[in-house]
Amino acid sequence: MKKLIVMLNIILFLVLANSVFSQTQNKKNVVQTKNSCLTCHKEDDNMPDDYNPNNVHASVGLNCVDCHGGDSTSDDEDIAMSKAKGFVGAPEKTEIPQFCGKCHSNINYMRKYNPRAETDQVSQYYTSVHGKQLKKGDENVAACTDCHTAHSIFKVNNPQSTVYALNVPGTCNKCHGDAKLISKYKLNPNIYEEYSNSVHGIALLKNKDTGAPACNDCHGNHGAMPPGVNSIANVCGLCHVNNLKYFEASKMGKAFKEEDYHGCEECHGNHGIKKPTDDFIGVSDKAVCINCHDEGEDGYIVAETIHGELKKLTSMYDSAKVKLSEVKKIGMDDVDISFILKDVHQSIIKARTKVHTFDTVQVAKVVNTGLKTAFKAIKKADDEISDYHTRTNGFGIATGIFLILIILIYLKLKTIEKKQ
Amino acid sequence: MKGLWNKIEKWLDERYDIQPMKEYIKHKKVPMHRHSVWYYMGGITLFLFTVQVLTGILLLMYYKPGENSSYESVRFIITQVKFGWLIRNVHSWSANLMIFFAFLHMFSVFFSGAFKKPRELTWVSGFLILALALGFGFSGYLLPWDDLAFFATKVGTEIVASVPLIGHWLKEVLRGGEDVTGATLSRFFGIHTAILPLIATILIAIHLLFVQKQGMHEPEEFKNLPEEKKKYIPFFPNFALKDLLFWLLIFNIILFLALYFPWQLGPKADPLSSAPAGIKPEWYFMFMFQSLKLLPAHILFLEGEVVGILTFGLAGTIWMILPFLVPAKRESNKILKIIGVFVVAFIVVFTILGYIL
Repeated sequence: MKKLIVMLNIILFLVLANSVFSQTQNKKNVVQTKNSCLTCHKEDDNMPDDYNPNNVHASVGLNCVDCHGGDSTSDDEDIAMSKAKGFVGAPEKTEIPQFCGKCHSNINYMRKYNPRAETDQVSQYYTSVHGKQLKKGDENVAACTDCHTAHSIFKVNNPQSTVYALNVPGTCNKCHGDAKLISKYKLNPNIYEEYSNSVHGIALLKNKDTGAPACNDCHGNHGAMPPGVNSIANVCGLCHVNNLKYFEASKMGKAFKEEDYHGCEECHGNHGIKKPTDDFIGVSDKAVCINCHDEGEDGYIVAETIHGELKKLTSMYDSAKVKLSEVKKIGMDDVDISFILKDVHQSIIKARTKVHTFDTVQVAKVVNTGLKTAFKAIKKADDEISDYHTRTNGFGIATGIFLILIILIYLKLKTIEKKQ
Repeated sequence: MKGLWNKIEKWLDERYDIQPMKEYIKHKKVPMHRHSVWYYMGGITLFLFTVQVLTGILLLMYYKPGENSSYESVRFIITQVKFGWLIRNVHSWSANLMIFFAFLHMFSVFFSGAFKKPRELTWVSGFLILALALGFGFSGYLLPWDDLAFFATKVGTEIVASVPLIGHWLKEVLRGGEDVTGATLSRFFGIHTAILPLIATILIAIHLLFVQKQGMHEPEEFKNLPEEKKKYIPFFPNFALKDLLFWLLIFNIILFLALYFPWQLGPKADPLSSAPAGIKPEWYFMFMFQSLKLLPAHILFLEGEVVGILTFGLAGTIWMILPFLVPAKRESNKILKIIGVFVVAFIVVFTILGYIL
């Protein structure tokens, strides 16, 4: 019995010792992760307005002192924010790029978090209009924190980020939409509105297609610049590859280079770019060709011919679609016709791209391929419709035969009944 | 022509003594009264079953069961094969009408009291044939392997899992595994084209044999008429010709439906895609599906669905053995009629609810 009591005491002691030990350990952990900056700034209600505890820096374990210096383990404000402890506080606007660059330009440091991290943002920034102006001491221009914020920074692929594709136009517009500010630089403050109604803006902002270009896709981000005359076509060509290829090889492309014209922008515009229609080319009021080409000129004839070719194909496509809807309406097989029509639609896209060759022969070649395919679809639709009529006629004949049989049987029955 | 027929008859009679059969046909009579029209429902159901067998055989010429061939072969049948569209649509429409007329036949038999003694086994065999017809419908629905068929089968077989004790096992047996896959398709094909036709043919033969042996049922009011007022018509040729008239009419309606309301073939089944919106079972399962849907999640200590399945199982069994439970006396007719009206109203109301809710 005594032995049992001794054993129980030992067990009790071990349990208590273990719980005391683990409490000490926990306390030690708390001290280690203590952030007196947050404690005091929260107490004083003096937190940065844009502070988000989930920001990218906090999420990888960095805290205030990693940017601002000082000692977050000390409860004493004088020690915590002493220069001796490396406290630098908030940087001046002109110092911000270097402030962020302390880490972001240091590949040896950045590699810890992302081995593929780019570290040339600061050097790129100083090549941008923003960077050049900041260097001159102009504090109105954007530095890192104007686009990324200071304390709500998120990765670019995080929808919360101010530089997430869908948020970029709004972020740029904070300054570029400020008429008072932007007029100092003789820039248009309505670019956001123009962009929002453009084909790109609708795709990005309305349809949430993050593949559509935002401001930075054409202007660059850290090295943001308006594209130069010679680079506009290349900027558009990043996405519109074939259009650029055809345009550069065309007579028009060469002439544009010689005349220093603004490439794509001359016909399509820039921020407010609209989805081009087939009337964009041609000689009607809506066409852009007549802005430069007068009646009788080669260019005028080419524009007229290409427009005619496109119209031929699109009209045939529309007719085929009407036939398809007829086939659908009568419940016949529309699957193959739909597939063929997809090929026709593909030809239309190709022909519209070929417009940038400004070569009537090349456009006509694609149009003819499309026309042949459209004819095939119409023929197939006609076959289906004719087949349907054969079926209805067959049903009519069958019903007639059934009716005759029914009458004959009925008469036979009557005869039999009479005999009985 | 008549001479040739007589020769054949004589030839057969010499060998097989067909005189008794001839005499039977000659003397088989059908009572004529104001409810005689219901006598034709069984014949129409039988005719539609024959249409099913014939069109089914024709479809078998081109149908290739398999995850990678079912859908394609059905598409081939309706787009490339001459009259393939017609055969497939007639098969689908005729199947639906067959079940409809089977129900009609069953309820006409019920309300006329024809299921009672001595026709208990005719009723039981008829009930089993109807159950088989539902099985035909359920198994055949999956065979085109389009998305609606796939997901409807998934939902349908999932319900089976709610059967207490054997539910999960039964579901796996039906599906040929945990999920609806190509194995289910092969299984359903086998059930639809071999197992069910065999059992159905045997049961139909037995059912017809019973009907022939016992003759047509005469309703009470007809039985009570004085002998001279009872009207009969010969089964052959009068009743048979009238049967033929109905068959022609029904077949013409099927052709009309096949042409103007063709059965759709949706996109191919894709087990990884999400289920299309508003999956509904075939109309003949709708009343059960809808009632299961409307049941609360729990009834007492049991799951609502389990209670529903058990209730349907019990109700079906009672319905099947009804002739053994109901006295053949006339007094019970009124209560039976009330029960019958309730059952019909339940089926109709819940079917409609299934489509409007």
